[in-house]
Amino acid sequence: MTTEAEAAAYQARATRQANRDKYALTKKTHLGEAIIRGFLFACAALTILTTIGIVIILLEEAVRFFLTPEVSMREFFTDTVWQPKISRFGILPLLNATIMTTAFAMLVAIPFGMSIAIYLSEYASSRARNIIKPTLEVLAGIPTVVYGYFALTFMTPVLRLIFGSNTVGVYNTASAGIVMGILILPLVATMSEDALSAVPRSLREGAYGLGATKLEVALKIVVPAAISGIAAAVILGISRGIGETMIVALAAGAGPNLTLNPFKGAETITGHIVRITGGDVSYESIDYKSLFALALVLFLFTLGLNVISRRIVRKFREVYE
Amino acid sequence: MREPTPLSDNRGDASKAPQLAADGDGASQGNIPRRNRLGKIWRSVFLASTVIGIIALTLLMFNITNGSLGYMAVEYEIEPESLVVDGVPVENLPSEALVKILEDNLTRNRFRTLDRQTPMQERTQAELVSLVYDNVIEPKVLMTWPLIDSLLREDEIRQEVSREYPKAELFFKVWFTQDLWTSPQSSNPLLAGVRTAILGSLWIIFITILFALPVGTGAAIYLEEYAHDTWINRTIQTNINNLAGVPSIIYGMLGLAVFVRAMSVITSGALFNIPDATPDNGRTILSAGLTLALLILPVVIINAQEALRAVPNSLREASYGLGATKWQTIWAHVLPNSLAGIMTGAILSISRAFGETAPLVVIGASTYITFDPQNIFSKFTALPIQIYQWTARPQAEFHNLAAAAILVLLILQLSINAIAIILRNRYSRRLV
Repeated sequence: MTTEAEAAAYQARATRQANRDKYALTKKTHLGEAIIRGFLFACAALTILTTIGIVIILLEEAVRFFLTPEVSMREFFTDTVWQPKISRFGILPLLNATIMTTAFAMLVAIPFGMSIAIYLSEYASSRARNIIKPTLEVLAGIPTVVYGYFALTFMTPVLRLIFGSNTVGVYNTASAGIVMGILILPLVATMSEDALSAVPRSLREGAYGLGATKLEVALKIVVPAAISGIAAAVILGISRGIGETMIVALAAGAGPNLTLNPFKGAETITGHIVRITGGDVSYESIDYKSLFALALVLFLFTLGLNVISRRIVRKFREVYE
Repeated sequence: MREPTPLSDNRGDASKAPQLAADGDGASQGNIPRRNRLGKIWRSVFLASTVIGIIALTLLMFNITNGSLGYMAVEYEIEPESLVVDGVPVENLPSEALVKILEDNLTRNRFRTLDRQTPMQERTQAELVSLVYDNVIEPKVLMTWPLIDSLLREDEIRQEVSREYPKAELFFKVWFTQDLWTSPQSSNPLLAGVRTAILGSLWIIFITILFALPVGTGAAIYLEEYAHDTWINRTIQTNINNLAGVPSIIYGMLGLAVFVRAMSVITSGALFNIPDATPDNGRTILSAGLTLALLILPVVIINAQEALRAVPNSLREASYGLGATKWQTIWAHVLPNSLAGIMTGAILSISRAFGETAPLVVIGASTYITFDPQNIFSKFTALPIQIYQWTARPQAEFHNLAAAAILVLLILQLSINAIAIILRNRYSRRLV
């Protein structure tokens, strides 16, 4: 009973085989391959949807915010007070605190992170690297809320001990910034180390052959060759600092405050968003809409940084193969 | 296992290289000692930075341990010892005995009010214990000391307590205990635990993995293996790099607007006839898991792309040469050779998602939930949120509790990371 079917199947197979031989060198479209390709493309395209989603949502609520009569765009960017209760929406105090904490963080993260990266990639024995790198990765994996706890219960008391508890507040941007630097440090270090290690050995050998010392090879050959990766690491670090939330929410203070004193408390953009959403805020209130305007600024800020970073990366990129 | 590379054999010889080269070059001979000295100085600077990095980690760990145990001064309204029945402490008494304690010690009105809220017979033993604590024993933590103080200034602490709080008792309290893992949340720091929070976090991370890992790897394969240099593919690539730099709190806003509000019918479970679902409130585990998945997706993709890129082209060419199709090549050669890298990247991102706090706070994770999550449509709290809430409170005893909860979080995260390291060591193949 099945012999006929089998014969037909065999026939079909033979025909297919014949066709395959006949067209062996031409391009064929396999249905399965096309489906897989389509699925993979959909996965990649989802990231575009995410961005579109972010932009639409932030814009929509931000526009609603700016359309309310109490708010004007000019006031938003120039007013020095952020107090939704009295309808004062000036972003400057929040922005100022964000920039201050990030600056502190990068002061810690860039020099230390770069040094660690160079040490690991150029000096450390492979055994030392195998111990130190995972240790740093552990540091990178620690949640930011833990750093927030650390800032509040360790760094702030230490700062108060050094500079006096009259100068340093219980909440201050310096403590949050320094701890944020420790948070970003492993990110900068491991990403830079990856970039440095990826530089081909032949480049180093060539430089040694020309009589360069180890330091010269590291700083004049390897670092420039890996500069795109290092720049990416640093910019990602800054971006992370600006968007960092839990450390500043816990340690930098809960109240907008326009001050340049790093020992005073000041709420950052992220800190403000998380404090307000953490409470019960109605979806229709102006407070709620103002958060989206803040988030939009934050988004554009980090987006701008990323675009600049990639310009740098493209300009200095060295390709080896 | 990392094999020693030929480069490391040459490392010791690096300082000799300039001398060799300088033979025919008189001009540079004079500055060789200076160059070597400079090299040594910078070498120690680099080493010192690395040591400082390690010290920072040590301090962090020390600070957490320091907070998670130490002396504690407590004042009771009624001594718990006086309530012990036949040598059984209050925590282990059967429900009937606990109800009797409540009846004996509370005013009739107070007892009746409590009974009317939820009848005593319907309350579990654990709830009754917490009632007894809150209403009868009423422990009040007056002060706590970190571990270092407790060890070094023990006598001073004892004197201080007997001077300032004559009625108080001094305990050496270990906050990180088994009870912490198994107790649900409570407003009483002496009873509070993190079980509900752990379960919430695990549920969320499950959703995140389910979504982010396949989608992330798929996107990476598309971009590395299939994509031609067209504008759309370039846009996708640029966009992914941009998304990786978007602050996590923005993803929280996205999750709040899309998953919690716009898609609330799905994320609240109302569409699937889940009992107790409130159609307009999508603040569920599903929303949180998807939000975190979107958050780590770009990082997963970028890591996977790196891993795919590390596979030498000769491997692909060889596979094509044998007549394999594109997908066969990817599945049988490219993926196995990059799997260790992909998994390491993915697991590290997942571990990051596990400790992610800000987006969860923004999408409105409930912070006071005493019951275990039942399914992906349950309201939830998560471990990092619990830590945030406790740290943000001014009372020191909640900081101790936060420290202990941090230990729990770190142990769970370390387990996740350990999996990544084992995977990497086991499957990593060195090709070059």
